Amino acid sequence: MNLKPETLDKIEKLIPRYPTKRSSALPLCHLVQEDQGYLSNEGIEWIAAKLDLEPINIIELVTFYPMLRTEPTGKHHVRVCRTLPCALSGAYQTCKKFEEAFNCKVGHTSEDGSVTLEFVECHADCGHGPVVMVGEEQYNDIKPEEAEAFAAKLLNGELGAQV
Amino acid sequence: MAIQEQRLIFKYLDEPSYSNDIDCYIKHGGYEQLKKAVGMKPEALCAEVLESGVRGRGGAGFPAGMKWKFLDRKSGKPIYLVCNADESEPGTFKDRQIIHKDPHQLIEGMICSAFAIQAEQAFIYIRGEFFKGYRILEKAIEEARAKNFLGDNILGSGYSCDIVVHRGAGAYICGEETGLIESLEGFRANPRIKPPYFPAALGLYQCPTIVNNVETLCNVKHVIEVGGKEFAKIGTPGNTGTRIWCVSGHVQKPGYYEFPCSALTLGELINDVCGGLKPGRKLKAVIPGGSSSKILRADERFTGKLKNGEEFDWGIEDIPMDFDSLMAVGSMSGSGGVIVMDDTTDMVEALANLNYFYAHESCGQCTPCREGVPWMRKVTARMCAGEAREEDADLLKSIADQIAGRTICAFGEAAAWPVQSFIAKFKDEFVEKAKEQAARRKDGQKAAKETTLI
Repeated sequence: MNLKPETLDKIEKLIPRYPTKRSSALPLCHLVQEDQGYLSNEGIEWIAAKLDLEPINIIELVTFYPMLRTEPTGKHHVRVCRTLPCALSGAYQTCKKFEEAFNCKVGHTSEDGSVTLEFVECHADCGHGPVVMVGEEQYNDIKPEEAEAFAAKLLNGELGAQV
Repeated sequence: MAIQEQRLIFKYLDEPSYSNDIDCYIKHGGYEQLKKAVGMKPEALCAEVLESGVRGRGGAGFPAGMKWKFLDRKSGKPIYLVCNADESEPGTFKDRQIIHKDPHQLIEGMICSAFAIQAEQAFIYIRGEFFKGYRILEKAIEEARAKNFLGDNILGSGYSCDIVVHRGAGAYICGEETGLIESLEGFRANPRIKPPYFPAALGLYQCPTIVNNVETLCNVKHVIEVGGKEFAKIGTPGNTGTRIWCVSGHVQKPGYYEFPCSALTLGELINDVCGGLKPGRKLKAVIPGGSSSKILRADERFTGKLKNGEEFDWGIEDIPMDFDSLMAVGSMSGSGGVIVMDDTTDMVEALANLNYFYAHESCGQCTPCREGVPWMRKVTARMCAGEAREEDADLLKSIADQIAGRTICAFGEAAAWPVQSFIAKFKDEFVEKAKEQAARRKDGQKAAKETTLI
């Protein structure tokens, strides 16, 4: 396992903050995923060993929590909220425009690896739907009529932080 | 003339000069209530919160002071306080504002609460998607620790408590308090059965635990400021304090609006505060308290008796926005997420959307929920795809009826209520869908029309 020194440092500081080692399992999954881009078998086994657990104890988390993934994403990880308030604001049409612009079906990574496009459930900013996340940045009010321009900016690397 | 908001929790957070650092918070009177609280007896603080009547803002509306009273103090085990910042109920976006723009209010409320219940350690369980919120809270906690508002021997009181921010990873069920506890212990968030696992007795690590919502904990600070009795004067008896209504969907000005409980009606909220619907549109339905709450139809009459014996006869716009009135009309104020739908909304699609959500989020522990909710999703998806049958409405109701009340946690109800209420109030549209599709098929057209919500 080649974890960055910062990640290892964070992990060492985090574990003793909890009354039990096992409580830090989910945070460790986050940290390893952020470091590696996804949770490989090696990563899962490393976390399990670190916490005196069996790999299955980590696998059952990875298969339960939607944000944990076992495959890398494309260069840009685009998540579109599809739950009712965002849908009422046009989220499905926004996503359709994205599918065309990225040449990528929702739920997949584009062939050139530039974008992973996913539907996600409510991100708790329903007054500003459709809500779109790119990596860790959130973008609000991405209406269908603005989706194409948004996608172009994203691909051209011109997408700054919105808020 | 729009009705003026009366902000308590959100008093400062949208002021242009207000920032989320500790200096700004202190400049606005921050941490004064903590100083006051640590000079008081913990039991006295608990009594104030009980007297304030403040009810949980996460969804269930259970009085916070009562919840605290149930704490098992005889076991000798450590007590834990957990802030539920999972904010996962679709339609709700109030806790996000506090976390991002006024994190110290939450921290002050938490330390006051932790002192009141004499918690040994506190946790904030924040949803994984709040990347920025997580970093803001971590920074705020460091700032507060540097000033000894948390950590060892807080303000010389002899009381010590620390807060750990724990990130979830995208599972709705973590908003359920026992599921949250399982998740915090490092397991799948499978909710626990009550009894015996009431968190106040057997919670985190099988120790007495209080789980409160972000907004509820912020309220504690304000209860301490004015005292429980004064606080109870905001709103009406049994519905005290303010509520933050998060309005989304088909209104001109969606957003969050804070008012004393019962200060306005649903009609005033939609028409005056949110600027009404888009031109030419008519109100069709409202989901008043997050996606799980039962839907209200715009042309319904609501009659019955309130808890206090008073009779009521309301149209949808007359319903006072508080816990008891929304319960009296057969729904709930829940987490305060008001989802508004105008006459362009296809109710079958809207339900298909919600069923997709609940099928995705079922933890899979209880058979009726694990099997029944995806079945409901399949039925509504099929209806939208052009294969609707006239008997589908009855089928959906029958599945929902067999889920509600037959599961470990309230998710079963949360998933069944939308289906039960959509069918009860819009059954004609579900039957019509099948007839329309049959007619189109007969004409040689494609049976399904283009969908927008699924």
